[in-house]
Parts: sequence; structure tokens; C-alpha cells
Amino acid sequence: MTTASPIGARGGTSTPATAKTAAPITYKAITTDQVSDLQVIEKKVDANGLPIMGHPPGLSTRLVGKTGSQILIQMLAEHGVTDAFGYPGGAILPTFDALYDAKINFILVRHEQGAGHMADGYARATGKPGVVIVTSGPGATNTVTALGTAYMDSIPMIVFSGQVRTYMIGNDAFQEADVTGIVRPVTKRAYLVKNVRDLPRIINEAFVIATTGRPGPVLIDLPVDVTTSKIEEAVDDTPHLPGYRPRVLGHSKMTKSAAEMINASKRPVLYVGGGAVLANAWKEVRQLADKGNIPCTTTLLGLGAFDENNPRALHMLGMHGSAYANYAVQESDCLIAVGARFDDRVTGNLKFFAPKAKIIHIDIDPASISKNVKVDIPVVGDARLCLRDIIEHIQHVERTEWFDQINAWKAKFPFTYRDDSKLAKPQAIIEAINRITQGKAIFATGVGQHQMWAAQFIRWSQPRSMISSGGLGTMGFGVPAAIGAQIGRPGETVIDIDGDSSFIMFPQELATAAQYKLPVKIAILNNNFQGMVRQWQQLFYNSRFSHTEMVNPDFAKLAEGFGVKGISCKRKEDVDKCVAEMLAYPGPVVVDFLCETNENVYPMVASGKALHDMDLGVVGQAPAPTNTARELGSLA
Amino acid sequence: MRHVISALVMNEPGVLAHVAGMFSARGFNIDSLVVGRTEDPALSRMTIVVNADDRILEQVRKQLAKIVTIVRVRDYKDLPFVERDMALIKVATPAGKRSEIIETVDIFRGRIVDVSPNTLMVMMAGEEEKIDAFIDLMRPYGLKEVARTGVIAMPRGSSTVSAPDDETGAHAIGGVTAKREALVKPPKGWHADKREPTQEELEATPPG
Repeated sequence: MTTASPIGARGGTSTPATAKTAAPITYKAITTDQVSDLQVIEKKVDANGLPIMGHPPGLSTRLVGKTGSQILIQMLAEHGVTDAFGYPGGAILPTFDALYDAKINFILVRHEQGAGHMADGYARATGKPGVVIVTSGPGATNTVTALGTAYMDSIPMIVFSGQVRTYMIGNDAFQEADVTGIVRPVTKRAYLVKNVRDLPRIINEAFVIATTGRPGPVLIDLPVDVTTSKIEEAVDDTPHLPGYRPRVLGHSKMTKSAAEMINASKRPVLYVGGGAVLANAWKEVRQLADKGNIPCTTTLLGLGAFDENNPRALHMLGMHGSAYANYAVQESDCLIAVGARFDDRVTGNLKFFAPKAKIIHIDIDPASISKNVKVDIPVVGDARLCLRDIIEHIQHVERTEWFDQINAWKAKFPFTYRDDSKLAKPQAIIEAINRITQGKAIFATGVGQHQMWAAQFIRWSQPRSMISSGGLGTMGFGVPAAIGAQIGRPGETVIDIDGDSSFIMFPQELATAAQYKLPVKIAILNNNFQGMVRQWQQLFYNSRFSHTEMVNPDFAKLAEGFGVKGISCKRKEDVDKCVAEMLAYPGPVVVDFLCETNENVYPMVASGKALHDMDLGVVGQAPAPTNTARELGSLA
Repeated sequence: MRHVISALVMNEPGVLAHVAGMFSARGFNIDSLVVGRTEDPALSRMTIVVNADDRILEQVRKQLAKIVTIVRVRDYKDLPFVERDMALIKVATPAGKRSEIIETVDIFRGRIVDVSPNTLMVMMAGEEEKIDAFIDLMRPYGLKEVARTGVIAMPRGSSTVSAPDDETGAHAIGGVTAKREALVKPPKGWHADKREPTQEELEATPPG
């Protein structure tokens, strides 16, 4: 393989030419400080949370004489877009013609859903909005799952879809679909542009909406006659969004009372979600935990927002979270939620959730406040700025008893597994990856058991290193998301920890990885089963494994067919060697790790159970260890 | 409990579909939803009646406010307001009953807008209960057809739903009153205290 790349320097930089012979594993890992340098969004938003645009909006002649397509390409550049993902087709051809001369790094995908997931992975890894360009009808409808994934996890993304000519709309024309109608529930806003004069304003609005407030995807539907006709005179491209007022600064009274409540608390717990990552608030989270001496747990999407090597880390909480995080939340007298939305996978049965705790909720979306759990002190605003205001008033409190209790739980119930099978345990493979990379890589995942084990057995220390579909739980997310992350952060190691079923749901993007020589590492934990569904069938459906056993292809051969290196790892003694080989290989690589089938994710809070009422499995057979647990146990 | 919510929305295609979709997606039941023009051609007003407890009402209000094309939402929970429903009621006029019906229409301050040999069409505006009561009275004569507008409402006194943007402290982008400058730099003297607390923040403020 050569280092030459069809997309120039960007793609080539990530492929060290000498790596093939180099024995020690070398890869670049970034530090937290470097990550904040990556935050383009941070620099582009003023104190009101409004983006400062590349070109100041207003009445402007700069676009006069340009077609809709040319305007689109120019304005993408003005908004700092360097990369985009998509697939051409009839109704979007004018835009692809303009892309032919554009400086933008365009990634041709193999399925529009892949383009969406790539843009999503790109956005999660960099903080910049992901951009997708697809055609009308099926092209646009194929992005719906990706839009839903991004919408649930509040990921900034802008999808430009082709549309039939304005006068044909509604006539059931070829490749016509009511795309704005279809995507409305999974976008923050969906536009149908009817006149090219509106296009500049709409593009500006789309970037404002996608990247501010609680971020999310926006779709712009572009009829052929809009992208081909020209703007004849100066147009005003000032966003007109009279109903859009994202709150940025927390109210001072609220931040002050929040701080007072934290200072007065004996058993506080920080509960940090994906919003803290979206708001680039990891430094502030760290400061709050350190200054106030507060233990910190994160949600799946919050992983990386708090360094898990910190002694105050409680790791992930929730359905498959750590026992100590769940016990701590249930025993807590003050729960500080930062950019988290009290999802049912986190809270367990709401009736018994954090019964002793006063709840402080920092969230930019007022609709999240008191949606699932009654909040005592709501702080509406940007997590980073709100936390800064709170930290100002925070005092250091010893809380020896609380930490003793937590450390006792941590000692008693660590994440663990029994290495007792002939085949490798999936957890052992993730442990090996974690050990060899020291957790310093960008990890994408599919959805299922492997995703939970990755969350449990990788020691997350860097923000924007966890790329996973949390809210929607989209299987097949891993491969395209890893590719998107690799485009956004070339030169860094991107590892997709995938399951066999998740992988095979979206393998065709391997062709994209091969075409652009993107050195993504895909580690498939192959148990020839839909593992998580199998686990539920075993536990709740009397081991009736209805349609969950997979007959899989030879993944290594499949990869080779795509022009991607394939490695089969069939014996557990080979795991370390194969992980090393995967990391050392300079191009895209798929490793098929054959692993034990009958392995369950523990701890597990079954649906409808209280958070402390866990099936600990191998994590321990200890009785419910707290008074609350016993009290509540008798209630439940 | 019955609540009336008023929403000013951008006069654009798809807004009604968005609102209706949000209600069905989140499982909120609406009693009535009325859309009509306002004094500003760029804005329409939706008046929504929901039957829900306070928690649901709060979510309805917030989820409405979250929709980008919705400019402002207000619920009339703690506010004196006027509400009116209008109905067109076609009632049969059995022999000898016509004057009796007209008398009842007068009592209810309705107007007869169409007459045929054996029917009358009555126009009536008022609170929902009044129209319900009138319709019940008409039933024995033979109701032919009823068309109702659903409730529209407006707060009493000088208070309006379309209050200027600065009152909220959060700056509308390119809104009616937001200035261009707001787009590029924060207004002078901007700091956290300038922002009014949100309703939910106020409710949760510990005493003192």
C-alpha cells in the first residue's frame, strides 16, 4: 500500500509509510488540552451562544451571479466546513458539479445512512458540525436513521438533500419524497428551499440551529431549480429565527444556590452526560469534582468527560453501569446532573431513583428539566459557563465517610469477568485493547454487549474519544462513525469495537475506508450471536433464542474482498498479538476475534427494577449493601 | 385539569404539522387546536386546549417552545384571560317550534344567520360551556349539524403573548426586536443577572 491518497494531504497524513516494519506500536494520542484546541465551535460562539460566522450576515452582494450550488459550496467554506460526506444522484447533480472544483474534502460513501453516521462520528470527534450531501427520494430517506441517531444524542449535523424541481413537487415525480415531512420528528428543523434568494439565509440559520442551544441535526431540501438558478441581486442572509432563544448563561441565583446545596451536602455525586462533552465542559467538570471533592459518574455518552483514572471516578452508571456508581447515586443526598437527561437506561425505575437526593440539573434544554425526575435546582444554560459560575462558590469539603463508603464499594464490586472458557472472553479482548493503547485512542462502537463491555473495560480518560449511539441505539453505527472520526482527526488511532451483528449490518463502508486509505481499526467481538438480545432471551424469555443466532461470513476474507486487511483471531492466546498487529498496521484493518458466546454483561439492572437492585452476576453475590437498598427492597 | 395554551408561530408551511406531530409523538392529548392569522402577517397564533395535570402541561409548554418555528408560548394557568369558541348550529324547526327556538337563541345572544322552511342556522360565540349548554337545549328539536371553531383566547389587561424579546433576556436571533449587533457581539453590560429566571427556575428557587 502506498501513502498516496486521492484526497491529498489530509488522507495521506494518517498513513505512516514505515509502520509496516516497525515492531513497537506507535500511534499518536492526544491530550485533553489538545482536544480543546480542536474546538472550532468554541471559538465561533459568542457569549450569547450565537455563532460568529465566517462572513458577517447582512445584505451582501458577494453571492450575486452565483447559482444555488455555488452559493452552497461557498457558504460551507465560510462556515469553516472542510469535510463532507455523501452520495450523488439525479436531483443533487448540480451541487456535485460545483463540488468538482471545490476545495472541500468530500468523502464518497456507499450508502447514505453511512454518510450520516460518518458526519455524526466526525462531529462527535471534533465538535464541528458534520455535513452530508445526498440526492432526493431514497437518498434522503436513507439518512433518516442517521438523523434519528444524531437527534437523540444531540449531535450537530446538516444534511443537504436534492429534491425534484419546485413545480414538480407533489406530482409523485421520479425519486420524489416528502423529505421535510419525513424527517421533521428527527431534526431540529427541516427546510424546503423554494427560492434561491432564501438559500443564503437558510444556510446561516441551519448552522445556527445545528450548533447552538441543544445541538442537533438540520435538513435542507434543495430542489433542482433552486440549485441551478442564480441570485440576481444583493440578498440579506441574516438568520431570522424569532422563536429561537437558546439560553447560555445560567441564572446567577440558581448557580449560587446550587453551589450552596453542594457545599452543604454530605454525600454528593456528579452525574455527567453527553451534554458536558457537547459543551466542551470537561475541564470544568474536573474542577468541580476536584475543588468540591465530589465523586463523579458518567453516562455512556459522558464517558471521557471525566478522567476515569481519577480516584473520584465512579465510572459509568445505569443499567450496565458499575455497582459502586449505582449505589452511590442511590445513597446520595445531592445529585448534580450535568448535561444528562435522566434516561431510563440510567435511572432504572424512576419511583426508586436517588430517593434521598436533592437534584441539581444543569441543562441547556429547558424541556429536559423535570421531564423524568423532579428537579430541585434547575440551572438552564451552557454546561461550561454554568459550571464556571458554580465552581466560583464551591468549597472543599472532606467527606471522609462518603469516600470510605465509595471505596469500600469499589473494592468489593469492580467490573470483572471469569476467564474460564476455551474461547477468549470478549471482556479480555477489550482489556487487551485498553492495556495496549492505555485507553488513549478514539473508540467507536456498535450497539449491544460489546458496547457495554467497551464502556466498562476501557479506562476512559479523554473527551470526544467515545463515539457511540446512545439514545437511539443504532446497530451498524460503528464502522461509518469510526471512518467519520478518522476523517475529523487524521493521524490519530481510531478503533471501532464492534459486534458481529452490528458490523454485518453496515459493512459496506469498508469500501470507503479502502478508497480513502483511512486507517481505521475494526475489532469485531464475534460470538456469532446478537449477544445482548441473547442475554435478554436467556434471562427473561426462558432461554428461547428466537432468531438471534447468526451465521456469519468469514470477516477477514470479507475485509480482504474490500481491499482491507483482514485478520482472524481464533485462539485466546493470540489476542494480544492480534491487537498489536491491528494497531501496527498502517491501513484499514478488520480483526475477527472469535469469542465466547454464553457471556452476559454484568451488573445489570433489569427493566422496572430500582437502580441499586442489580443482578451483579460475576461482579459479586453480596446482599444489597445499604440501608436504603434494604428499605427500598422491601418496597419493591 | 383543562388548560389553554397560546403559541405564536412563524407563518410557514409545516409548522402545524410539526406541532401536531410533536403532540402525537409525545402522547399528549389535545382537546382543540385553532390556528389563525394575527396582526403580524409573519406570525400565526395557535390556541391549544389540553386536559392534563400540571406536569404534563409543563412538558407541553416546554416541548412547544422547543420547536424552532414557534416564537412564543404562554399558558394561561395563572392568568385572567378571555376565551371564546364560535359555533354554527343547524337545527331542525318542527312545526310550531320555530319561535320557541328563536327565543332560546335570543337568551343565549346567538344570531340566526340562515333560515330555510324547516331549519335554522344559529351563529353563537362564547365560552365552550355556554355553547355546550345551547347545543344540549337544541337537541330535542333535532340537531342537523354543528361546526365549532375551537377556543381562541387572550390575556386580560395590557399583558400580551407577543411580549418584546428582551424581557426574557435571551436574545431572539433576527427577531422582531433583536438588533443586528446581537449576532456578532453580546450587548453591553451583559451578565447572568440580566436574565430573568425561567418559570421552572423560579418555582424551584429555595426560599431566601
